[in-house]
Amino acid sequence: MPQTLSHLKSLESESIEIFREVAASFERPVMMYSIGKDSSVLLHLARKAFYPSRIPFPLLHIDTTWKFREMIAFRDRMAREHGFELIVHTNAEGVANNVNPFDYGSARYTDIMKTQALRQALSAGRYDAAIGGARRDEEKSRAKERIFSHRNTQHAWDPKNQRPELWRIFNTRLGPGESMRVFPLSNWTELDIWTYIYSEQIEIPPLYFARPRPVVERQGTLIMVDDDRYPLDGETPRIETVRFRTLGCYPLTGAIRSEAADLPSIIMEMQASRTSEREGRLIDSDQAGSMEKKKQEGYF
Amino acid sequence: MTSSAAALATPDTSLDLWLEQQTGKGMLRFMTCGSVDDGKSTLIGRLLYDSQLILDDQLASLRKESRNRMVGDEGIDFSLLVDGLTAEREQGITIDVAYRFFSTDKRKFIVADTPGHEQYTRNMATGASNADLALVLVDARKGLLTQTRRHSFILSLIGVKHVVLVVNKIDLVDYSREVFEGIENAYRAFAEPLGFKTLHAVPVSALRGDNILLPSAHTPWYRGAQLVPYLESIEVGEDTLERPLRFPVQWVNRPNLDFRGFAGTVAAGSVSIGDEVLVAASRKPAQVTRIVTMDGDLERAVAGQAVTLVLDREVDISRGDMLVTPGQTPEYSNQFQARLVWMADEPAFPGRGYLLKVGTQVVPASITDLKFRTNVNTLEKSPARSLELNEVGTVALATDKPIAFDSYATGGQTGAFILIDRLSNATVGAGVIEFGLRRAQNLSYQSFDVNRQVRADLKGQEPQIVWFTGLSGSGKSSIANLIEKRLTVEGRHAYILDGDNVRHGLNKDLGFTEADRVENIRRVAEVARLMADAGLIVLVSFISPFRNERRLAREIAGDVRFSEIFVDTPLEVCEARDPKGLYARARRGEIKNFTGIDSPFEAPEHPDLLLHGALESTEALADRLYRHLFEQQGGYSI
Repeated sequence: MPQTLSHLKSLESESIEIFREVAASFERPVMMYSIGKDSSVLLHLARKAFYPSRIPFPLLHIDTTWKFREMIAFRDRMAREHGFELIVHTNAEGVANNVNPFDYGSARYTDIMKTQALRQALSAGRYDAAIGGARRDEEKSRAKERIFSHRNTQHAWDPKNQRPELWRIFNTRLGPGESMRVFPLSNWTELDIWTYIYSEQIEIPPLYFARPRPVVERQGTLIMVDDDRYPLDGETPRIETVRFRTLGCYPLTGAIRSEAADLPSIIMEMQASRTSEREGRLIDSDQAGSMEKKKQEGYF
Repeated sequence: MTSSAAALATPDTSLDLWLEQQTGKGMLRFMTCGSVDDGKSTLIGRLLYDSQLILDDQLASLRKESRNRMVGDEGIDFSLLVDGLTAEREQGITIDVAYRFFSTDKRKFIVADTPGHEQYTRNMATGASNADLALVLVDARKGLLTQTRRHSFILSLIGVKHVVLVVNKIDLVDYSREVFEGIENAYRAFAEPLGFKTLHAVPVSALRGDNILLPSAHTPWYRGAQLVPYLESIEVGEDTLERPLRFPVQWVNRPNLDFRGFAGTVAAGSVSIGDEVLVAASRKPAQVTRIVTMDGDLERAVAGQAVTLVLDREVDISRGDMLVTPGQTPEYSNQFQARLVWMADEPAFPGRGYLLKVGTQVVPASITDLKFRTNVNTLEKSPARSLELNEVGTVALATDKPIAFDSYATGGQTGAFILIDRLSNATVGAGVIEFGLRRAQNLSYQSFDVNRQVRADLKGQEPQIVWFTGLSGSGKSSIANLIEKRLTVEGRHAYILDGDNVRHGLNKDLGFTEADRVENIRRVAEVARLMADAGLIVLVSFISPFRNERRLAREIAGDVRFSEIFVDTPLEVCEARDPKGLYARARRGEIKNFTGIDSPFEAPEHPDLLLHGALESTEALADRLYRHLFEQQGGYSI
């Protein structure tokens, strides 16, 4: 038995403690499940936190209807294999108005199909705590986020009025209609996530691994054509060996050319790569300070 | 790049070995503190840059943003990497705690970057609470500042044991040895009473990279360790494993009737299968039969590990209980002395009620005594009536029921707590427990054979407290007088407590500041409670403008029937009546803190009875109140 815990083991323990604090302190918690690698780690930690019990709250997926098909298949299989309760929510009004990334632009599309959809789902479920997989190393405004982050009755974040968070004593008290966002992976880095996935052999969607896939190039970004809704103007997608560093809506998620087809090669490649993770997400670069703005509006 | 920089697998390194190293390395959490413009953000940016953690796209946008700014040879303003939020980018200052991550081959580092300027000291305490070590930055040109002292004191208060004094901008004093040593000596002298375990001083230029990774050619006189190598090697591991077990139960795991486990994180010590443990509150013993994790049962769990314990027998244990080593139990009391950092705009007063969270226990608590305030700049102690935002004081606290804790100095985590406001739910204070004041078992009240019921029966009445609130001149006392007369005629025993009979005697030492008003109300509520206990019907006629104090009064009343009567008379009416000429004097500025004039009145949201003082005669109002109190009609008049 080691006298001091390795950094991964101590991150794991910290996250487990956070999960248990949520289960013990809130009446209607929910866990955001976005199917990506961070969600996969989150799911793994949640299972560890409550073992041998099942995860004592539902998992919520906001389905924009534009997710990779492989993500949806993976999501449903995970729910079956691990026996958690899965809630899928789509902004029905957005679907009725045919809101899509092409006609509406990524900013409005994301607002309607992700941010507003999330608010709808959280209000409908009357969830008082929503667990998310955000990490402080992802983006500058995330670096200041609390682990237990208070939201007002409008689900909005007030960065200037955050509760101080000392030791590991979390203030979980809420007023009527208020809620908490909880981030058990706050202190993890991208490298921690990957090395943990490696050492715990956590299953992640195959989209992370390089495979031959049909792609087109848009504004210097490789986009995988996942179904026939993608506007092509007579162009034929080429087959390239690519993978994804982050998963979201397929028309907004850039692929990278890569030969990394297994975990060790991905980690190697990541260590050698020189671009930051969210660069592949088109939604962050629409305007300066855009992540912070989205968070104030209720985005995760 | 040197060997200490992160972390690329070279072609001849086996990938598995590299991954093993990555998963096995240790972690150091440290924080940075210092004054505005000491260069904290630049230093952290430098650490990220030197660890090759700045990626190409970030570097490109940084170079663009760095124009018109102070830059080193790399052409980059490193502080831009760190200052996150839009507001502070505009103001050019860091306004909150931000967490940064970098790693070398030896360690992963989590850095809490905290603000330098005064009004955000609470965030510094926040950063310190999770740090093993702190970098205290000093600008070589300026030397030690008030902020340096303030922050060092807070570090010691929160229990950070290891400090590195980083004398930054050494390039701007021509790499002067005298300047460096002067600052180091002054700091060592100041920090001596703060009890840090280690203190290392290093001269650096964060902008130019001197003594960050490698010895600087500009400071040949400096023989100590450079910053990063020092952070990689310092041993901060506390002897927490040698301590007795502290296992706060966080969540009871009960998937089915055959399994009952107690989930939690080992706060101190270790626990092995077969160990005898004790429930701190009930002192019930049990033996540990399993240490459950999803990866399989463990033989032993140590401080920091989150596990689930199974015991050999049925013991009543729930969240908030603590499992401990028999014979080395924590203190168990409902009164203790603590050092408190105040973090809210609204000051702390003795008498106010809060929620206290320590470990997994949450209990109502109040500050019973403010012993003194410590000036965080000079460390001098002075008497105080209240604690303002960012002030540090030594207080006595009382909780509604006993809690298990250790003194923070010896037990760490199990002696740390936060205070939560009961209305806004904000975290208003953070504290560390020094020692218990009384053993809980001595505190239980003697139960006499002659009790309230007996006294009440003797008088043939139900004792109760009728608490009037409303502006001066609203009619409280007039109504109370009519009620008292009527009860006396009926042969019942009532008594009026009001400003005139209390302010001139019991409370003549109190003025009209907010702190004194809190204490005024607390004493009156205690007296009312004693009188009710004696069997009386107590009519309390006080302006009592603050919700918190009225709630406190209701709590003090305990199981005595308590009715809050709001005599709602508009300010203009009260001022026109002005029976004692007080409004006129307040308007002339002769009386300060006069409710309604220059001090607020917080109207009750849900009074037991609302009386409109301007709409009905005093007799009619008294009649309505009488019926409410004695004819069980209850309800909420409109």
